[in-house]
Amino acid sequence: MDILNIENITKNYAAHTALDDVSIVIPEQSVFGLLGPNGAGKTSLIRIINQITAPDKGRVLFNGKPLEPKHTELIGYMPEERGLYKKMEVGEQALYLAQLKGLSRRDANIKLKYWFEKFELQSWWKKKVEELSKGMQQKIQFIVTVIHEPKLLIMDEPFSGFDPINALLVRDEMLELKAKGATIILSTHRMESVETLCTHIALINKSKKILDGSVKDIRKMYKSNIYEVAYEGTNIGFANALWTGFELHNTKEEDGIMKARVKLLNGNTANDLLSALIPHVKLHSFVEVVPGMEDIFIMKVNETNQ
Amino acid sequence: MGKIGLIIQREFMTRVKKKSFIIMTILGPLLMGSIFVVPILLSNTQEKVVKIEVIDETGVYGKKFPNDSMLQFTVTSRSIAEAKKKFKDEDFNGILLIKEHTGTNLPVLTLLHGQTQPSIKVMTTIQNTITNKLEEFAGCDPKMLADIKGKLDIHTQNIGGEKTDTGITTLVGYFAGILIYFFVFLYGAQVMNGVIEEKTNRIVEVIISSVKPFQLMMGKILGISLVGLLQFLLWVVLTFGIYFVAGTITGKAKVEKYRSDKVMTQQTTGAQNQGGADIQQQVMDSSDDISAAIESLPIKLIIFCFAFYFLGGYLLYAALFAAIGSAIDSEADKQQFMLPVTIPLILSMVVSSAIVMNPNGPVAVWFSMIPFTSPVCMMIRIPFGGVPAWQIALSMALLIGGFLGATALAAKIYRTGILMYGKKVSYSEIAKWLRY
Repeated sequence: MDILNIENITKNYAAHTALDDVSIVIPEQSVFGLLGPNGAGKTSLIRIINQITAPDKGRVLFNGKPLEPKHTELIGYMPEERGLYKKMEVGEQALYLAQLKGLSRRDANIKLKYWFEKFELQSWWKKKVEELSKGMQQKIQFIVTVIHEPKLLIMDEPFSGFDPINALLVRDEMLELKAKGATIILSTHRMESVETLCTHIALINKSKKILDGSVKDIRKMYKSNIYEVAYEGTNIGFANALWTGFELHNTKEEDGIMKARVKLLNGNTANDLLSALIPHVKLHSFVEVVPGMEDIFIMKVNETNQ
Repeated sequence: MGKIGLIIQREFMTRVKKKSFIIMTILGPLLMGSIFVVPILLSNTQEKVVKIEVIDETGVYGKKFPNDSMLQFTVTSRSIAEAKKKFKDEDFNGILLIKEHTGTNLPVLTLLHGQTQPSIKVMTTIQNTITNKLEEFAGCDPKMLADIKGKLDIHTQNIGGEKTDTGITTLVGYFAGILIYFFVFLYGAQVMNGVIEEKTNRIVEVIISSVKPFQLMMGKILGISLVGLLQFLLWVVLTFGIYFVAGTITGKAKVEKYRSDKVMTQQTTGAQNQGGADIQQQVMDSSDDISAAIESLPIKLIIFCFAFYFLGGYLLYAALFAAIGSAIDSEADKQQFMLPVTIPLILSMVVSSAIVMNPNGPVAVWFSMIPFTSPVCMMIRIPFGGVPAWQIALSMALLIGGFLGATALAAKIYRTGILMYGKKVSYSEIAKWLRY
């Protein structure tokens, strides 16, 4: 089941096109990475999903039905540009924002109590936001985003501005929400969080979608068939061991250990390479060189920019 | 409660709880009270006796004028030309000419004055004296009494014959106009600053993922209007409180002063031409004089129109101020974009003197029709009376239309503007937003 079907969305502003015929499917309970360089159109797309702006063409289906105002209560959104009323009391403000998401005052109170305890913020309830440290404000920001237990959580650069401890806290909470059934859209250009969190991604560049799918499939697609072999022995001995089914890319020496990159050709497998090498050199390690999401990202973006 | 209700509630509560609201609530009536109290105090401590020459061509009213230690009426029988000639030499402060008016029961009253314009006390004493006498004539004929009430007008001229206006009508008109002017500025600016706060705090995107930008804008405008109304009501209540307390205190002081004066007068001359109790009553009434004068105005119409233009003017301008707040990114840009909105408001104050001079002239009519100036300009006209009903109706309809138009326009600018960060905006840029 897909929670969100984005179908042929086009959005024009006076001077430029923010989104050009973008279609994306977001499966339920996935962590969906929305990737792309600055100004690619990610925020425009997120605003359309949040019904802050409307697309010029195309439509968005939420659980198979066209987006409606009532859907905002099923979505939690933490924008990249975020903040709170500085002069307002923390508790009063959290209650207000929770009620705007459709919770009754009573429910909001109960739920906030739970979260404030979890994040150890109880004693700050009556304080003004401006008296809080940045880290605490970030915790509040996260709480008000998830207080109404959204089915879809949209986080725009959620870790920017968070200190490492809070970033970890937020990450863990996000995964817990996912385990409970929520779907998370993660818009970011921090690739390490994509590697560890995302199950699916879509890559947007210059207002067009250029790549999407599950992380597993994409990795497979960009598999390079290159292995890194660390060994003891001579260069010549190593090179002699290889036959036409393999291609030696480069070798370097580190602390008396040689490292070589070898590409498999003609349908040869890793086992074939190993059996070719074993009689000639003393092996230390043997690893497949997997392209990181960052490599794929840079490669695809450069490809489309040309 | 709907979401817009939540927004209204927040806007209202956060402002009412602020210290500045409480301070303004207390300071406002003190300022307004002082507008009323200071003239009374001044008139009470004034050493100089005010002398008015009364030329009564009807021969009915002259003897009725009360004299006290501060205000003396002298009835003479010479012609007005003669009186004018001798005005400078004889140390009178003013000449009151009472003429019979053919066709009505009311006399025509003209008050000529020198350099200083007659005080409210002089005006109200004259008005009350004539009204009392007329009521005596009317007896208990309700139709005649109704004719008298509120119809008596004193024309004031300087000694050269130029028309001047010091009447309570002008005062009420100006006061209502200025009040609307300040209210629009004060609370319009609050709307604008509220929008800027949300934009610079970056909370706006969080909120408009829950509610529509229009709901946020209207919630803010309405919430702040309630703050303004509450403050205004508190001002009215407190002002009257202060005004009556102060009135009683100054009244008592005056009585004390009069008593000591009386003892001295009795000791030196032994003459006493007025009953002490009479004067005491009169002094106590010195604040009531103003109330009596106010009663002579079309009071129901004034209150109704004031409430309408007070709110209508605010709503019109608040929408525009919200649009400005959404468009600008920093305090520095504020002035530039506020200018086109504040110009019509300031213009309405500029033309106010022309309206007072000729409340039904073309300037007054036009400016009381244009929605941007009508709240102030129409309010200045109304106390003078004689504004045709169709003009009031048209002006109100135009103001409602203006408000709806301004809100629709502002909403378009607002929903784009609040999401524009770090971009220098220009008028042509804003014009583009209108087409999104």
